[in-house]
Amino acid sequence: MATRQQVLFLYLTSSAMDSYAVAWAFHDGTDGAGPAIPDRGPAPPYIRGTDALRDGWRLIQATTLQSPAPGSEHEAGYFRNEFVYERLVEVDNPPPPNQ
Amino acid sequence: MTEASTLLTTLDMARFVTDGVLRFDAVVPDDINRRALDELPDMLATPTTATTPMRPRSGTPLEACFEPDSAVWAMLRVPEVAGAIRSLVGDHPTYDHHFVHFNKAGNAAFQHLHADAVIDTGDPSFDIQVLYFPHDVEAGSGGTRYVPGSHLRNVHENSIARYQHISGDQFFAGPAGTVLIFHHGLWHAGQANPSDTDRWMFKLRLNPTRPQIRLWDTSDYASVVPGNWDHSFATTAAGPSVPEELRRTQAWSFTGESRIDLMQRIALWRYLADDPDFDVDWYYTRIESRSAFH
Repeated sequence: MATRQQVLFLYLTSSAMDSYAVAWAFHDGTDGAGPAIPDRGPAPPYIRGTDALRDGWRLIQATTLQSPAPGSEHEAGYFRNEFVYERLVEVDNPPPPNQ
Repeated sequence: MTEASTLLTTLDMARFVTDGVLRFDAVVPDDINRRALDELPDMLATPTTATTPMRPRSGTPLEACFEPDSAVWAMLRVPEVAGAIRSLVGDHPTYDHHFVHFNKAGNAAFQHLHADAVIDTGDPSFDIQVLYFPHDVEAGSGGTRYVPGSHLRNVHENSIARYQHISGDQFFAGPAGTVLIFHHGLWHAGQANPSDTDRWMFKLRLNPTRPQIRLWDTSDYASVVPGNWDHSFATTAAGPSVPEELRRTQAWSFTGESRIDLMQRIALWRYLADDPDFDVDWYYTRIESRSAFH
């Protein structure tokens, strides 16, 4: 038995965690031995950021709110509202790391 | 490339400004597609040197790049393709580079999301990338992933790899002879090909050689571009219009920040139309009016 981490990135429509998810990424330290994320086809696995909490995810980081740099007030770049969650999973025979 | 061509309309151009991509389904005839499938493997095998005939030097005028009887040149002369190229980068664009993408059946490798650009300056001029699919591509068989509306975001090449999934991203599937034209900033990625069919795709990057101002068919311009007063919370023009098209949001659009995306599109339209007063929803006008006070 060993503990492995699953990590979920959600990008929400605003800085509020109860706003809607529009992009996501999932990284699974259990290599499939742990629970999967909900399969909603092309839609995000959770409708809102808070839905991940209800499914057992723990928030570990959220984007800091920053004013734009002078001169770049009207530019958009990387997705701003990034919420990072983790889930710790006990697995019997953890997969070895790739060498 | 001044022979027969079907230029884009003003609303087509607005769609390109909003999405960063235009799609022409099955526009290339089957005989050209069949020839392309014969020629692309040879082009893929050609060594990358400055002297090999199938890899022109960067900076060569497009019309001098490919053999007149080649399938690639025939594809580029299809009126809809030639017209879109003329509308976006002018009559005599410059060859930047091309690449033959071969995605073998069963290939499990895939690219992370990226843009074929470093951090560009605020200069609104742009290159285009022509993507030609000479055979049918079934859904899930390795068609290129791309994110409509991502092209004006200020990001650096592979730094967007983090975004595994984005609402509204597209995975190309379509009939033989389909051509996509990307703004060079459009986020995209090659995909794994779990199918039992090899996939071929030809990509060509072209640079403009003149300001990209009103190069399309502007005969509809006055009917679809109202004054800068078009405001969704005040008065809007009736019927299809450029402001209506530029306002269209993507499935991934962010609350509030979507207005910044719109301002980027307005800025690009100002360049394309050579109209520094063009506006949508008064975003620039109110700022520029106030700036006159101090």
